[in-house]
Amino acid sequence: MSHDVAVLGVGMHPWGKWGRPFVEYGVHAAREALRDADVDWAEVDLVVGGETIRNGYAGYVAGATFAQALGWNGARVATSYAACATGAQALDTARARILSGLSEVAVVVGADTTPKGFLAPNAGERWDDPDWLRFRLLGMTNPAYFALYARRRMDLYGATVEDFAAVKVKNAAAGLANPNARYRKAVSTDDVLSSAVVADPLHLLDICATSDGGAAVVLSSMEYARRHGIASPVRVRGISTVTPSFPQTVIEMPNFSTDSTATVPAPDLTFKESIAYAAYEEAGIGPEDVSLAEVYDLSTALELDWYEDIGLCKRGEAEQLLRAGDTSLGGRVPVNPSGGLACFGEAVPAQALAQVCEVAWQLRGQAEGRQVEGARVGITANQGLFGHGSSVLLSV
Amino acid sequence: MSTLPAIEGWFTGGQSPALLGSRCTSCGTVFFPRLTSFCRNPVCAGTDFDEVEMSRRGTVWSYTDARYQPPPPYLPRTDPYVPFALCAVELPEGIVVLGQVADGYGVDDLRVGAEVELVVEPLYSDETGERSIWRWKPVTELGEEADR
Repeated sequence: MSHDVAVLGVGMHPWGKWGRPFVEYGVHAAREALRDADVDWAEVDLVVGGETIRNGYAGYVAGATFAQALGWNGARVATSYAACATGAQALDTARARILSGLSEVAVVVGADTTPKGFLAPNAGERWDDPDWLRFRLLGMTNPAYFALYARRRMDLYGATVEDFAAVKVKNAAAGLANPNARYRKAVSTDDVLSSAVVADPLHLLDICATSDGGAAVVLSSMEYARRHGIASPVRVRGISTVTPSFPQTVIEMPNFSTDSTATVPAPDLTFKESIAYAAYEEAGIGPEDVSLAEVYDLSTALELDWYEDIGLCKRGEAEQLLRAGDTSLGGRVPVNPSGGLACFGEAVPAQALAQVCEVAWQLRGQAEGRQVEGARVGITANQGLFGHGSSVLLSV
Repeated sequence: MSTLPAIEGWFTGGQSPALLGSRCTSCGTVFFPRLTSFCRNPVCAGTDFDEVEMSRRGTVWSYTDARYQPPPPYLPRTDPYVPFALCAVELPEGIVVLGQVADGYGVDDLRVGAEVELVVEPLYSDETGERSIWRWKPVTELGEEADR
């Protein structure tokens, strides 16, 4: 049985630091997606909203907030919370209801308005909360975790700060033509290396900002798409929302430690490897078929980790791929043709959906100024705090 | 004014301080921070744990530093802020544990795979006194500290 569902439309509110209520961005994105799909809001029978969060704390908004703002239409509603993976989980929820026949056409929407500076825990003392304790006891910020992964690449695989800068330079160049990107400015290696070091070896320009933004996807059954007159829509072929397998051996936000391998050996795949693997397996598509990827470059160095995690190359070979230009626009398998988080900054509940929007535009040949020629298959990958896998595999 | 641990029950003091973990009495899996409720090994139904002192030495998994003052609830020790280093350490128990790096050491004193040892040092002071925390100290000259 086919597990495919159709991406009928995608839409975004441009990323920025607009300072307006996130509901506005979400509604703007949803209306854009509905217009793109040529679907009436009244026909939508399911709304799935991504909750806005602050460093892991859910609860600021549910799907119903967007449903009300779009105008109550009686649709079923669901809300997802999976930190950075929220969008993928929301999409998976919509897909499940569509594939079961319980819903036909869904709007999946996420939006965020972000505070300035480091993401920090909510106020109050929580001595049993690792996300609070890591700041109190260690001063361990998010960039510090990114820096651990970056430094490990340098010591183990010979990555250099110039390699990390090259990721930023590449993504900045790709994002120049993206009307939804917040930062549309060419960046040089010198720009990156002369920016302040935040957490050695990462410079300010190696680390993504936090942004306001909104993204939405109109998802439907293949049958609905046919009735709608779209014979070969972009299809969702696989969605991975996997959790880690015990023992989880890579230190990860917001934890103080990994699991121990003393009694149970480490699994064959790391958690991040297992994320894309599950999407490939579900779709029956392999990394060799991928035309482009949108991965979560919270830091430049993290993008290199993802090359390996999603199977574009073997462990330790990401720098070679980057240096050869394979992952640049015009290369063998462009990564982050949207400009990535480097050009967007992160709007947590919207970001995984924004990745899907970009892949959809690429597969439809509508990514003006940043188009990957002949794109047939695209994959997104990201990892949400607390053990949330996120990968969406799409094809035409 | 006395020195108290910044968090109760996570590490010991004295000449040879150690992190306090727990070992499942059913499957033997070790956890840090301590686990006292349900074993997280998915094939183990264990609910009883022994308190164990974790190994005091391990090897560096990776390291970084905090060039800017972390946001609250981090409590700065000095004004102006002085950056400190952080390190993830792989212990013989097959577990990687984070910690700050001992006073006086920075990223230039570390490399992946290097040996470090656990020490306890002041983290911050408040009206109730000084609070201490575990830290990782590079073992610079092998032999010199192994005698302790």
